[in-house]
Amino acid sequence: MMGVQDGPDRPRRVALVEDEPNIREALRFILSRAGWRPFVIGDGATAAERLAEDPPDAAILDVMLPGRSGFDVLRALRADPATAALPVLMLTARGQDKDRALALALGADDFMTKPFSNAEVVERLDTLARAPQAN
Amino acid sequence: MTAQSFVVPAALGYGALLFAIAALAEARARQGRARWLRGPWVYTLSLSVYCTAWTFYGAVGYAARSGLEFATIYLGPTLVMIGWWWGLRKLVRIARVQRITSIADLVSSRFGKSGPLGAGVTLLALVGTMPYIALQLQSLTVSFAVLGGDPRPAFEDLQAFALWAAAGLALFTILFGTRALDASERHHGVVTAIAVEAIVKLVALVAVGLFVTFEVLGGPGPAMARISASDLPAAVAPGRWVGIMALAAAAFLTLPRMFHVAVVENADEGHLRTASWAFPLYLFAMSLFVVPIAVAGLEALPPDANPDLFVLTLPMAAGREWLALLAFLGGFSAATSMVIVAALALATMVSNHIVVPMWLWSQGGGAALSGDVRRTTVLSRRVAIGAVLLLGWAYWRASDGGEALAAIGLVSFVGVAQILPALLGGIFWRGGTRWGAAAGLVTGFAVWSWTLFLPSFGDGIVPAAVMVDGPFAMGWLRPTSLFGLSGMDPVVHAFVLSMLLNSFAFVAVSLVTFPTPLERLQGAAFTGVFESRASGADDARGADPEALMVMAQRLLGPGRAQAFFRGWAARQGQDGYLPDPTPEFLMALERELAGSVGGATADAMMAQVMGRRAISVADLVAVADETAQVLEQSHALQLKTEEAERAARGLRDANAALTRLARQKDAFLGQISHELRTPMTSIRAFADILMSNDLSDAERARYAGTVHDEAMRLTRLLDDLLDLSVLENGQVRLNLAEARLDAVIDRALLAAGTHGLAVRRDPVDERVTLFTDADRLVQVFANLVTNVRKYCDAESPELRFEVRRRDAEVLVDVVDNGTGIAPADRTVIFEKFARLGDHAAAGGAGLGLAISREIMERLGGGIAYLPGQGGTAFRVRLPRRVAPAGHREAAE
Amino acid sequence: MVRRASPIFLERRSYRRRRLVDAVRLLPFAGIAFFAVPILWPVQGGPSLAGRTAALFGGWIILILGAAMLARALGRPPPAGED
Repeated sequence: MMGVQDGPDRPRRVALVEDEPNIREALRFILSRAGWRPFVIGDGATAAERLAEDPPDAAILDVMLPGRSGFDVLRALRADPATAALPVLMLTARGQDKDRALALALGADDFMTKPFSNAEVVERLDTLARAPQAN
Repeated sequence: MTAQSFVVPAALGYGALLFAIAALAEARARQGRARWLRGPWVYTLSLSVYCTAWTFYGAVGYAARSGLEFATIYLGPTLVMIGWWWGLRKLVRIARVQRITSIADLVSSRFGKSGPLGAGVTLLALVGTMPYIALQLQSLTVSFAVLGGDPRPAFEDLQAFALWAAAGLALFTILFGTRALDASERHHGVVTAIAVEAIVKLVALVAVGLFVTFEVLGGPGPAMARISASDLPAAVAPGRWVGIMALAAAAFLTLPRMFHVAVVENADEGHLRTASWAFPLYLFAMSLFVVPIAVAGLEALPPDANPDLFVLTLPMAAGREWLALLAFLGGFSAATSMVIVAALALATMVSNHIVVPMWLWSQGGGAALSGDVRRTTVLSRRVAIGAVLLLGWAYWRASDGGEALAAIGLVSFVGVAQILPALLGGIFWRGGTRWGAAAGLVTGFAVWSWTLFLPSFGDGIVPAAVMVDGPFAMGWLRPTSLFGLSGMDPVVHAFVLSMLLNSFAFVAVSLVTFPTPLERLQGAAFTGVFESRASGADDARGADPEALMVMAQRLLGPGRAQAFFRGWAARQGQDGYLPDPTPEFLMALERELAGSVGGATADAMMAQVMGRRAISVADLVAVADETAQVLEQSHALQLKTEEAERAARGLRDANAALTRLARQKDAFLGQISHELRTPMTSIRAFADILMSNDLSDAERARYAGTVHDEAMRLTRLLDDLLDLSVLENGQVRLNLAEARLDAVIDRALLAAGTHGLAVRRDPVDERVTLFTDADRLVQVFANLVTNVRKYCDAESPELRFEVRRRDAEVLVDVVDNGTGIAPADRTVIFEKFARLGDHAAAGGAGLGLAISREIMERLGGGIAYLPGQGGTAFRVRLPRRVAPAGHREAAE
Repeated sequence: MVRRASPIFLERRSYRRRRLVDAVRLLPFAGIAFFAVPILWPVQGGPSLAGRTAALFGGWIILILGAAMLARALGRPPPAGED
C-alpha cells in the first residue's frame, strides 16, 4: 500500500526483539502490512550482536527478555558504532514510569507500554525511521 | 641490713608485677598481637615449671648430701626432651587431634572415654600433688623468714604468710586460668607469667653461682680444686642413680603440671623441636653451679647451716643482700609458678572428671539440655583451684613444716609416675583396655601408698612394728622391703616395685579382657595418630541437630556454638545453623565439647542427647535438694536471658523482613504488571487485526484461537493470584475429610495430564488414609506433575512417587529423571513468578510452587526441594491428620 | 590405617631426611648410654669429683649441642611425601 515509496526500492527491515510468541506474531502481521520487512530475534543474549552484524532500519525492543534485559541490549547497541544510530522503539509490559525514564536516558528513540494500539506502533515506527533521513 | 627491709615490698611488688604481666599478655592476645608469646621460646621457658623451689633450693642440699646424684633429677627430663620424637611428639599430636585437656582426660579418652578412669587419675594426681604444693609453701615461707633475718623460724610465725601466699596464688590462678572455659585454649597470661618467672629463677641461680665461683671459691681453677678436696661423695650409688633418673623421666611426662605446659598448652608441634634442646640447656644451666654452691656452703658456712638454703644464706653471709634478695625472688618464682600451673591443671581435672560428671548424673537424663553446664564448669573450676590450694596449705600445716616435707618431692614423683604404664601403653599399644589401665593404676597406687607414701608420714600412720615386721608379722609385706626385697633404697624400691606390678597388672588384665568398640576405636586413633586422620564414627542415628545445638550452646556459649554449627552447615552446603548429623560432624562436635569439659563428659553428654545409650549411673542420681535448687535458679536465669535474646532476634528479623519486603514490592508490582499485560497485549493486538476485513478464513480462525488462549491464560493467572492471596492471608477454609493418598495422586495425575510421561508408583506404600483437604492436596500434586511435564528435559521423561511413613507424618517424594535444578535456583523456585529459563516454555505464570507451598503450610506440612536425587525432586511432608483448629499449630 | 608402600629408592633429599629422623630417634639412646657411665665409676679412687663433674656436664652439653644441630636440620622445609 504505502511505505515502500518512502525509501529506496528495497523494503525497510525491522528487527522484533521479543520473546512472547503471540506478540511477535501480531507485530509481524501488522508491520508486514505496513510495508516493513520484520525479522525476529527471540532472546536478549545475542540480540545486540546480531543487530550489529547486519543493522536493520529500525528495531522494536522488549524490556523483559530472557537472557539479557532490553535495557542491557540497548546499552550495547548504543556503545557499538554500527548500531549507535539505529532507531529503537522500546516496548514494556511493566508500565512503570522509571522504565520510560531509563529507556530514554539510555538512548531509546521512543517508548511504548503494552498493550499497544496497532496503528500507533506503525505510526511511531514510521516516524522514527524517517527522522534520521531528515538530517 | 638494707635488703631485709625490702623483703615484704619485694615479694608484694614482684607478685603485682606478675599480675600486670599476665594481664598485659591477655590483652595483647585478645588484640591478636601475641604471636611471639606463643613462640617456641616461651614454650621452652614454660616447661621450667618442672624446676620448683624444691629444685631451686633443694638441689644444692641434695648435692651437699649425695654429690652428683642431684643431677639425675635433670638428666631424666633431658632424655625425655631429646627423645621427643618418640614420646612427646605423639602426645602433643594426640592431644591436639583429640582436644585433650589434661592427663586424666588423655587416659580416660584413650580407654573408651571412661569416666571412672578419668576420676581415678584425677584422684591419684591430687594425692600426689598436694604434698608437693605444701612443699612449695614451706620453701616460700622459710626463705621469706630467713631473708628477713630469722635463720631458724618458728613454724607458728610462718602461718600467716603461708595463708596469704596461698590466697594470692589462688586469686592469680582463678583470674588468669579460668577466663576461657576451653581448657585446651591457651592461657596466655599464665604462660607468659610462667616464662618470666623461668627467666628470673635462672638469672638468680646463675648469679648466685657466678658469685660463689668467682668470689667465694676464687675463680674456676681454684673452684675445681676445692670441689675435689671437699667432703662431697665422689661416687654415686648405682641403684639410685639409674632409678631416680628413670623416675624423673617418668614424672616429667606424668606430673599434671608438666603435662599441662608441655602437651595441653602446646600451640605448635614445631615448638617441640626447639624445646628438645633448649629446655635441656635450661636444665643444664640450672644445675651447672649446684656443686660449687654446695661446696662453698659446706666450707664457708657454719656446720649447722641448712644446705637446702645455701643459695640464700651464702650471699647473706657475704653481705650481698641484693643478691640474696634476687635469690629469694628466684625461689619465689620457682614456688609460685609450680603452684599456679599445678592448681590450674588439677582444677581442670577435678572439674571435668569429678564435679561435672557428678552434676550431670544428678540431673538425670535431660542434663545436657536443661542446666547451665558452662557456668557450672567454670564455677567448679574456680572452686577447685581454691580447694587445691587450701588442701595444700592444710597439708603443710599438718606436716608441721618438718624436715619430712623435704623428702616428699621424690615421693610425689613415684605417685604420679603410676600413670605412666597406662599413658605409654595407651599411645603405643592398641591392646590396652580400660580394665587393664584401671588394674594397673590401682595396683601401682596401692604399692606406692604402702611402700612409700604412708611411711613418709612417719610413725603416725604406719606403726613402727609394721615397718619392722610387716602387717600381722608377715615379713614379706614390710613396706620398705616388699616380697623380701630388702637392702634397697626406699624410693628406688617403691618405684621399681610399683612400676613392675603396675605394668604387669595393666598388661595381664588387658590381655584377658575385651575392649568395647569405642575403646578399640580410640585405641586405633591414639596409637595410629600419625598414620591416619583419626576416623571413627559415632552412631549417627537418632541425633537431632537442634538438640545438639542447644547442648553445644550451653557448653560453648551461644556465639561459639552458632559459629561452629554454621560453619559445618556451610561445609555441607546448607543454609542456616543446623548441619546434618553426619559422623564427621558429630566427631568434630564431640571434640569441640571435649575441649571444654573433657572427653568422657563430652561423650556422655552427646550420648544423652543422641539417646545412644542410657547413662549407667542412674543410681548416683540421689543428690541433695540444695544442688537441685541452685541449678533450678541458674536454669531460670538462663531462660530469662534466652527470652530476651529471642525477642531481640525476632525484632531484628522482622526489621530485615520489612526492608526486604519494601524492596520486593516494586519488583513484585513490575512482575504482576508484566504477567497481566503480556496476554492483554496479544489479545488487543489480535482483536485489532481481526477487525480488519482482508483476512482469510484460516487466518481469522487462527487469530481468534490465539485471542481465546490468551484470555484463558489471563483468567488462570487471575485465579492463581486470588488463590494465593487468599492462602497467604490465611482466610482459606479447609474442607477436612478422610481421603486415601493413592486416590489423591490419581486425581492429580488426571488433572495435570500424563501424556508422554512414564509414571512409577508403589500402590502398597500409597495405601495411607489421611485426614486432610483432598482438593487442595490434589492441587499441590498436580502442580508438581505439571512442573515435571514442563521442565523435565530427559529424553523419555519419567516421574516417580515415593511414599514413606514417619510417625505422624507421611513423606511423598516426587522425583523426575531430568537434570534437576541448579543449587543457586533452589531458593527462588518457591517465590512468586519464579520461572527458570524461557518464559514461553513455561506457559504458566510461575505461581504453582508458591501456591503449593502455601497450601502445604495450611495443611500443617511442608514442601521442599530435595537435593541429590538424580533429577528434580520435591518432598511433600503431610501430617496424617490435619488438626481441625486450622493453621495455627503448623510446623512453622 | 592404610600404610603407603614405601618406595625403595627415594629422592636424595628425602633419603637424607629419613636418616636425619633416624639420628633424632637414636640420640636419646646415646644419652642413656652416656648418663649410665657414672655407675661404672669406682667407689674408691678413680677420677676426682671435679673431674667427674666436668665429665658429666661436658657430655651433657655435647648431647644438647647434638640435639640442637639435629633440630636445626630437621627444621628445614621437608620434601613432600614425608610426615
